[in-house]
Amino acid sequence: MPLRVRLRRDRVLILMTLPVVLLVLVFNYLPILGNVVAFQDYDPYISDNGVISILESPWVGVEQFQRVFGDSAFWDAVTNTLVLFIIQLVLFFPIPILLALLINSVLRPRVRAFAQAVLYLPHFFSWVLVITVFQQILGGAGIIAQTLRQRGYEGFDLMTDPEVFKFLVTFEGVWKDAGWGIIVFLAALTSVSPDLYEAAAMDGANRWRRMWHVTLPALRPVIALLLVLRVGDALTVGFEQILLQRDAVGPGAAEVLDTYVWWNGVRNQDFSYAAAAGIVKGVVSLGLVLAANKIAHLMGEQGVYKK
Amino acid sequence: MTALWAAEPRPVWEEKPSRAGLAGKGVVLAVACLAVLFPLWIVVVTSLSSKQTIQEAGGLVLIPRGITFIAYQELLSGGQVTRAALISVGVTLVGTAFSMTVSVLGAYGLSRSGTLGHRWMLMLLLATMFFGAGLIPTYLLVQTLGLTDTYLALILPSAVSVFNILVLRGFFMGISPELTDSARIDGAGDLRILWTIVLPLSRAVIAVITLFYAVGYWSAWFNASLYLSDQDMMPLQNVMIQLVQKQEPPVGLGQAIKAGQLSQLAVQMAVMVMALLPVAVLSPFVQKHFKKGMLTGAVKG
Repeated sequence: MPLRVRLRRDRVLILMTLPVVLLVLVFNYLPILGNVVAFQDYDPYISDNGVISILESPWVGVEQFQRVFGDSAFWDAVTNTLVLFIIQLVLFFPIPILLALLINSVLRPRVRAFAQAVLYLPHFFSWVLVITVFQQILGGAGIIAQTLRQRGYEGFDLMTDPEVFKFLVTFEGVWKDAGWGIIVFLAALTSVSPDLYEAAAMDGANRWRRMWHVTLPALRPVIALLLVLRVGDALTVGFEQILLQRDAVGPGAAEVLDTYVWWNGVRNQDFSYAAAAGIVKGVVSLGLVLAANKIAHLMGEQGVYKK
Repeated sequence: MTALWAAEPRPVWEEKPSRAGLAGKGVVLAVACLAVLFPLWIVVVTSLSSKQTIQEAGGLVLIPRGITFIAYQELLSGGQVTRAALISVGVTLVGTAFSMTVSVLGAYGLSRSGTLGHRWMLMLLLATMFFGAGLIPTYLLVQTLGLTDTYLALILPSAVSVFNILVLRGFFMGISPELTDSARIDGAGDLRILWTIVLPLSRAVIAVITLFYAVGYWSAWFNASLYLSDQDMMPLQNVMIQLVQKQEPPVGLGQAIKAGQLSQLAVQMAVMVMALLPVAVLSPFVQKHFKKGMLTGAVKG
């Protein structure tokens, strides 16, 4: 079919898609060009118009990247990010799977529906609210600290303790999103044919063996997919959540790559330096997604996208 | 009542549950549910307590006694928190309406394979799930577009979520083509088909995605802290950061708190209840559709 005929036939559909495409082009693709400031000594005060400021700012080549790689604070942020990622992978990732198996085994519909409704709820609370709730329970003026104080113990305050910060952040994440995470697994479990369980039972498999040989294999593709997504997202560990608590514990324990970029760029107005750090993070992240997906393919799973 | 709590019939081949197993399950589920509900209970009860009750409890209140709505009355009688709540409601309503319109149109447009440019438009959206432009360039763009210190800065930069569009598209593609084709033969255009056939069939997923967008706008604070400098424009979440995390009394209420009529803690808790109430009320209604939405979105990609 000639292009003009197709254009005429599809014009309504194309017009419908246009707003989305425009929004994505402007707010997801156009800013990519702005990354050129990483190769400049960008001066925002040249003009009110950012484009003119970029055009007039001096080019410095890879100097900003050299600064980034030479800064020990950057490497501290990298370390914090990776440590936090590993803690979350070990302590957070398995919980939704276990909860989903538990809920799935509950046979009373009312109990199941109630538990699900309660466990989904925190996912919809804002990080501001979640952290505030935690502060009221675990903070220095919180309910535990007060109870301890009445019994003569002073100085209980988990919210400002750099030592436990990474576990605290993981715990907050579990509180907020572990319940939400079970949905995907429950959805995968509903697609398992009861015949498989019956056949396994006929062959003498008890409930643990059925879980091992029927249930878990059914969850395998979903687990692989979510693992790939998590690994690809390794350098993005809870930006909003950590930013909100950064001041309370100090950057030593709380600085991750995203907050590092925010601090240097937005707070210190060192846009070129922060943009360079952002590019480093973006490139490594993209590499992680591709690598994780490759591993999923090698394991015989589909991963995020097909080959 | 027993019927409501009755178990599903158990297949004959399945073993009877052991008492220990049942008790274990019950304990784990109860602990998990309490871990969610207990903090919320404290927040709500404390927000409803009088200054005297809070002082006697030495802080947060566990058992409701002498319920009073004074904190809410003060917060909602005009002033900083009232304004912030109205701003949040406004941004959420306008933003959600905008996001839904754009997303539904886009998802429907992309749900027809064979449309001109269909493949590369889809690729364009999908690619954004793998990389972002970065915080600094986005910040510079919003500045250059002149959106700083406007409410548009809270809506436009994060107006559409590619994930949500994919969920909608997956759902639209599942609708049998015979239905839409017969309407087309009867002379209906795409907009008409979308409005009279596809949307009524997609109520469940529309409800889920609307909730996702609305919660996103309601919970957002970062864009406001980044792009707004005027304190009077701040939405509720940002005011909550000031009140609760930085321990500043709300503008207009500082006097009442100093004069001792009002507990600072009750005020903070009341703001938190205002922030969580809409979400806690709305999400259970949409809950039964979550699974379907997440299934089309996440598993089938």
